[in-house]
Amino acid sequence: MILEKLWQHDLAWSFRRSPVAIVAALLTIVCVGGALLAPWLSPQDPFNMAALNLNDAFTPPAWDERGNAQYPLGTDNQGRDILSTIMHGARISLGVGLASVFFSLLLGVAAGLLAGYYGGRLDALIMRVADVQLSFPAILIALLIDGVARVALPGERHDDLAIPVLVLAIGFAGWVQYARTVRGSTMVERQKEYVQAARVIGRRPLAIMVSHVLPNVLGPVLVIATIHVATAIITEATLSFLGVGVPATRPSLGTLIRIGNEFLYSGEWWITVFPGVALVVLVLSVNLLGDWLRDALNPRLR
Amino acid sequence: MRYLLLVMALTIGTLAAPVQAVTLKWAAQNDILTLDPHSQNHATTHAIIQYAYEGLVRYNAKYEIEPCLAVSWTKPDDLHYRFNLRKNVRFHDGSPFTADDVVFSFNRIREPQGTNQIYVSGIKEVNKVDDYTVDFVLSGPSPILMRYIVDFRIMSKAWSEKNRSQHIQDYAKKEETYASRNANGTGPYVIKSWEPDKRIVFEANKNWWGKLDGNVTEVIYTPIRSDATRVSALLSGEVDLVTDLPTQDVDRLRKEANLKILDGHEVRTIFIGLDQHNDELKYGSVKGKNPFKDVRVRHALNMAVDREAIRKVTMRGLSLPAGIMVAPGVHGYSKDIDLIPKYDVAGAKKLLAEAGYPNGFEFTLDCPNGRYVNDEKICQALVGMWARAGVKVRLNALPFSNFIPKILNFDSSAYMLGWGVQTFDALYSLQSLVRTKTTGADGSFNLGRVSDPQIDRMVDQAKIETDEAKRDKLLRDGLVRTRDQYYYVPLHHQMRPWAMKKNVTITYSPDDRPTARFAVVKEAQKQ
Repeated sequence: MILEKLWQHDLAWSFRRSPVAIVAALLTIVCVGGALLAPWLSPQDPFNMAALNLNDAFTPPAWDERGNAQYPLGTDNQGRDILSTIMHGARISLGVGLASVFFSLLLGVAAGLLAGYYGGRLDALIMRVADVQLSFPAILIALLIDGVARVALPGERHDDLAIPVLVLAIGFAGWVQYARTVRGSTMVERQKEYVQAARVIGRRPLAIMVSHVLPNVLGPVLVIATIHVATAIITEATLSFLGVGVPATRPSLGTLIRIGNEFLYSGEWWITVFPGVALVVLVLSVNLLGDWLRDALNPRLR
Repeated sequence: MRYLLLVMALTIGTLAAPVQAVTLKWAAQNDILTLDPHSQNHATTHAIIQYAYEGLVRYNAKYEIEPCLAVSWTKPDDLHYRFNLRKNVRFHDGSPFTADDVVFSFNRIREPQGTNQIYVSGIKEVNKVDDYTVDFVLSGPSPILMRYIVDFRIMSKAWSEKNRSQHIQDYAKKEETYASRNANGTGPYVIKSWEPDKRIVFEANKNWWGKLDGNVTEVIYTPIRSDATRVSALLSGEVDLVTDLPTQDVDRLRKEANLKILDGHEVRTIFIGLDQHNDELKYGSVKGKNPFKDVRVRHALNMAVDREAIRKVTMRGLSLPAGIMVAPGVHGYSKDIDLIPKYDVAGAKKLLAEAGYPNGFEFTLDCPNGRYVNDEKICQALVGMWARAGVKVRLNALPFSNFIPKILNFDSSAYMLGWGVQTFDALYSLQSLVRTKTTGADGSFNLGRVSDPQIDRMVDQAKIETDEAKRDKLLRDGLVRTRDQYYYVPLHHQMRPWAMKKNVTITYSPDDRPTARFAVVKEAQKQ
């Protein structure tokens, strides 16, 4: 019953009509599935240092004559299986991407609601902060927060806290877009009768914002969030590539690309190329899906 | 007439040519720590400082001692040396060099906040006789005194006092002084500028007392951290000489037509040091006792390291697995005592169980990144190897400039260090690394604070032993005891090929100090 209803839904109809969306969705499912199920699916646990064998390091992919079927995509400089590392790495990349988007979403929606609903000085303050932040590239802000956190935190906790710090840094760098969108729609909604009615019957502002305004401004925000996931993954990869992201013993895709980069000259191309391809596929499919969602939800394009 | 003009043009052309600066652009991984010649006993720092600062004696290209700021010396008895100083030598700032500067530098280098006391160890006093004569009084006979004082570099007393740099900076507390940022020696090159992590520019000292063997009038040293960038800089011709090649790129660079590779062994041993002083490891899981105080644990850690795999895979053949703490080329090294602990994981587990750690334990390994060849990668490999024996190691990799104050403050439970032997004599290693730590040169880098009365006796005896056979026996016994007590985890002796453009000729230095005064840069072919 529900499935049938879902099938009939506008969104589903538009999805069935878009081959790009279908391919993107399939790729996303493969990537996300592979990442989520990495501990069970991957041939090797790359984080278990005791299982690594240094003598197997730099094994080329299995189809090369020096390759080994045990390592389908070859191994890196420590003898880690590249396929397993990509799966585990994608897990970290996706996790950091999703968590930081969720964090920006919370921050941005709250700021936008407050600014749009109350207006006046609070609005001016929040929006000026947003303007200032918009004048810096997101990566710079993330680097700044990450750098400050690194100095502030004791050295021996760096590895444990690297991922939360990264999530906060990328999250902080991305809240502005949400705040601006939500503020705009909130200002429109605030004038509508249902909000005024709620006010007349004496509901508290917080309740009005959360239970009445929020559901009506959330649509565009979700579209932004989908596209933002891809951006966040790229930001994480960039930070890790620069060596300030996740620790080398728990590599994300960006870290893997950085490690492999050192060996490009010496001919061990597979260490960097495969994680690179994985990153491209992951980001591209999430992006295409986000694009399609934006078009499908846009009433003007229907 | 036309002919005359042509001759004139040619003459002017040939006259103009020698005026042109001949530049050697040299790149390596690390920057220096300081310009203060007495502050840090750090190979890259010494390699740079020797361009500007000189000692009483120096090495020639064959690593034999030759006169430098002293022109000659006599030795009335085993405990006394008299040096006749070179006259008419001026420091870069123009002040004259006299005996006062030697006495001043001697008192300065011995200050406890520096790490270079080793170079004047065994010297009790330095006395001025007249402006160009000094007497050294030794506390005991010192058979290899000259090899030590190569790195006892002379600063100007007047300049140091004028710039309030009479004392060595306190490097561990990150203090800076005028002398840690500026150099004023008597040497062949003047350090024009040092932009940390960017470049150091040297210019030939026109008023130098000596004569350059080569033709290099300007040196630009660029520290390039990233392996790939450093190699690209060499390939694109941006730099002429790279003295620490990424091991993975050596084979490829050998095939480059415009480059040549100079192979060589560095006299440097890479090892892991372990805290054997504290009653509980600061960064470890065992409470109430220090597992590293147990020789079985140290033995087990040594056994669990697959040195051959590190040589083959991580170092790509460019290392020599080590069992003792000095490298070939160092007096005291002998192949028959450089026995590598047998790689045996099961044996290591058994030893750990006997020592009371059947399930292993955890500790943090501090590791410099970018100081030694593949340092962080070796540490990562060690984490895996020790994990197989049940010991869980947390890797804390940090830049050398953060790493060194940390270990000097004993704020480490285990650390990776490399020890190059400047004097080419094993006493230097034993005294710095294994002799019980005091405030002076003894144990200056014994940062795990190993203390073994038996080794102390051997070291102290070797310092003053003049009978060569007896002295050699002491060095050998010291090295063997260090090996058998597993006070350290020696990993390998480092090999370090250099790559340079075809038009550069330079002498390989096993102490990793490319010396521009020996270098010749021919005019490059027009491209």
